[in-house]
Amino acid sequence: MSIGLTHYLVLSAVLFCIGLYGALTRRNAVIILMCIELMLNAVNISLIAFSSYIVPQLLTGQVFAIFVMVVAAAEIAVGLAVVLAIFRHFSGIDTNDINLLKW
Amino acid sequence: MGLEFAFWIMAVVMVGAAFAVLYLRNVFHAALALVLCFIAVAGIYVTLSADFLAAVQILVYVGAISVLIILGVMMTREVQKGNPVNKMRLPAAIVAVVLLGILVYVVTSTPWGISTQDPLTPTTMPLATKLFSENGFILPVEIGAVLLLAAILGAIVIIREKKK
Amino acid sequence: MLADYGLIGLFFVVAILFSLVMVIIPIALRYLKIIPSNPNPIKESIFECGMETTGKTWVQFNFHYYFYALVFLALDVLVVFLYPWAVQLKQLGPFGLYVVLILVFIVFVGYIYAWKKKALEWK
Repeated sequence: MSIGLTHYLVLSAVLFCIGLYGALTRRNAVIILMCIELMLNAVNISLIAFSSYIVPQLLTGQVFAIFVMVVAAAEIAVGLAVVLAIFRHFSGIDTNDINLLKW
Repeated sequence: MGLEFAFWIMAVVMVGAAFAVLYLRNVFHAALALVLCFIAVAGIYVTLSADFLAAVQILVYVGAISVLIILGVMMTREVQKGNPVNKMRLPAAIVAVVLLGILVYVVTSTPWGISTQDPLTPTTMPLATKLFSENGFILPVEIGAVLLLAAILGAIVIIREKKK
Repeated sequence: MLADYGLIGLFFVVAILFSLVMVIIPIALRYLKIIPSNPNPIKESIFECGMETTGKTWVQFNFHYYFYALVFLALDVLVVFLYPWAVQLKQLGPFGLYVVLILVFIVFVGYIYAWKKKALEWK
């Protein structure tokens, strides 16, 4: 059975759901950021698979994937800065302890 | 033949490393598993004949983002406390599995208009023309730079100590 | 095309096999009793040049490292745009040059801000 578009899309769906499960259940804020990176990678895989199977000569999906990577870099910079600020304030990054906005 | 072999190896390594990120007790080891997952994703890009994207994946994710994540792990001193879970385990698992089922169903039942042409390789020069020529993606490139600038300024302002 | 990357895969396989073999050889020699085993505290100590290590390994890092990581990240992402432009320099002409100059200028504003705010100085 040769590898087609469906294989790549299912692989990307699997990776996305692993990342989603981790981001919803983990209590360590750095692990949550890692799981968000996994989800972004899954989206990139499906973008590039679409680009190379549907419009092989246009490369639009690859351009989108470059921008997703730039946005991911910006996201991780600000996200980790927020995590470090939370760590300095609460001296811990357990998301169960961060409940100032809860009521 | 070689393509299928490479795809399955990369897929197994990638999913295994993603599960390792979730289930390793030590947060630092989880960060290293994340790096392995990024490298496997770069291999997947190579099998999709996106060679420049594979290099960018290594450069940005394995080179820069994982450095930031490992620094974050080392600066928050939570390595010994492990990788605890919250009370949402069952609902989150149900959500993830249902979403996976829906995605797989949609993907397998949609008639994709697959092109018969071969993908363009090497991709670096066409991508440069796409990004920087007169009718290319110039405004998104500049907006990406502005976003990066805003992220750097914001992160510095958030992190800096108040001098009082 | 893909065969070239097959060589990289071969390189990975050789690297992994080499490191595994290097780990397995002493264990196998010890198991076969070819090398003697008489440990003492000096042999068992952690090998490191200079001072002996004290305290735990997982100390908290100073957050000043984060500023350097931030600037590194920004310049790293800049490379993603500069590299294809440099490959296609002649065909893109002066227009591409102006675009890239604006791009570099925008990112360097952040660098100069970090410099002026003394975020890159070690206190």
